[in-house]
Amino acid sequence: MEKIILAVVALDQTRVGGGAPIFYARDQEELEELAVLISRIFGAAVHDLHNDVYIIVKH
Amino acid sequence: MKYLPTLVIATLVGFLARLYMLRRDYRQYPSYPQGWAIHLFLGFIGGAIGAIIVPAILEGDFSAVSFLLLAASQFREVRNVERDTLSSMEATEMVKRGTAYIEGIARVFEARNYLAIWVALSAAVASELLADIGWWRMAAGVLVGAVLAAVLVRLMQGDLIGDIASVELSEIKFEGALVVIEGTVMMNVGLPESRRVYEERALAASVRPKGPNAKATLANLGQMQAIAHDVSSMIGVYMDVGEQEFIPMVRRDPATGSLRVLMVPSERDEDAFLAAIRRVPVLEGAVRKPLTSYAGKMID
Repeated sequence: MEKIILAVVALDQTRVGGGAPIFYARDQEELEELAVLISRIFGAAVHDLHNDVYIIVKH
Repeated sequence: MKYLPTLVIATLVGFLARLYMLRRDYRQYPSYPQGWAIHLFLGFIGGAIGAIIVPAILEGDFSAVSFLLLAASQFREVRNVERDTLSSMEATEMVKRGTAYIEGIARVFEARNYLAIWVALSAAVASELLADIGWWRMAAGVLVGAVLAAVLVRLMQGDLIGDIASVELSEIKFEGALVVIEGTVMMNVGLPESRRVYEERALAASVRPKGPNAKATLANLGQMQAIAHDVSSMIGVYMDVGEQEFIPMVRRDPATGSLRVLMVPSERDEDAFLAAIRRVPVLEGAVRKPLTSYAGKMID
């Protein structure tokens, strides 16, 4: 498999679940900051699912 | 040693032909000076083989032809070496060349050695046919070799993207996090910060194929990757290691067969961007000609 979800960053706990590590943020600002920090660690891309959930994907 | 002038001149012409075929352009491949040394020496060997064939056959030594077999297997090895080198360097490329491009480059290097043999052979034949005119035969050998080299180089030249397609600038639009170019979704850019970079610095273009043959050629994944790689090596990319959201993208619009190219160049120059796309070589391995088939003609 080529693409892997490395992490999920979310605001609402009820919207996410499953195998990848999940990081919860308090507000929109923290959500974006977490996504940037995690993506820079892995050298991966951030994708927005439009429901206040970001996934960090290694391509 | 009555064949000495022929041997010397034909070997030299073969070697010079190989030198003429080596180009130093934006790709810097073969690398200079070490890569050049390797290929020039191989060109010298090729020239020597082409030169020796003629005197050997004139002396009745027909088994000299088996020399060519030896040369063929040696030069096939060149292709493997080039492929291995480029494949192992692929990990160090910010934007990958892709296997199709590597295969194309490797094939060109093998082929050019054979061309050196042809040129040397033609020079040797000319020199021996005109053995009566004394030292002038060397000039004749050079002339014939030069003409053949020029013709072969012309024949071996492939098309550029600009020859098979028209390239125009396109507008970049955002639908939420999605980057969209003329209705084709390119990628999902999650971070608002990155989207701002796209709005300020990115350039997009549409590559519209001229006809069904061009359309089928552009549909090749290797060709698409080659465009991404070559354009970024010509005009530079605005990205750091691991910043995958700024990687140059080439996507295909299934309805028209057009390609959409999206990239964040290091300098935002529209004309340079378009010129770079037009100058990307069409990969030999990507070329398709559906119009030569019966079914293909029925569709057109």
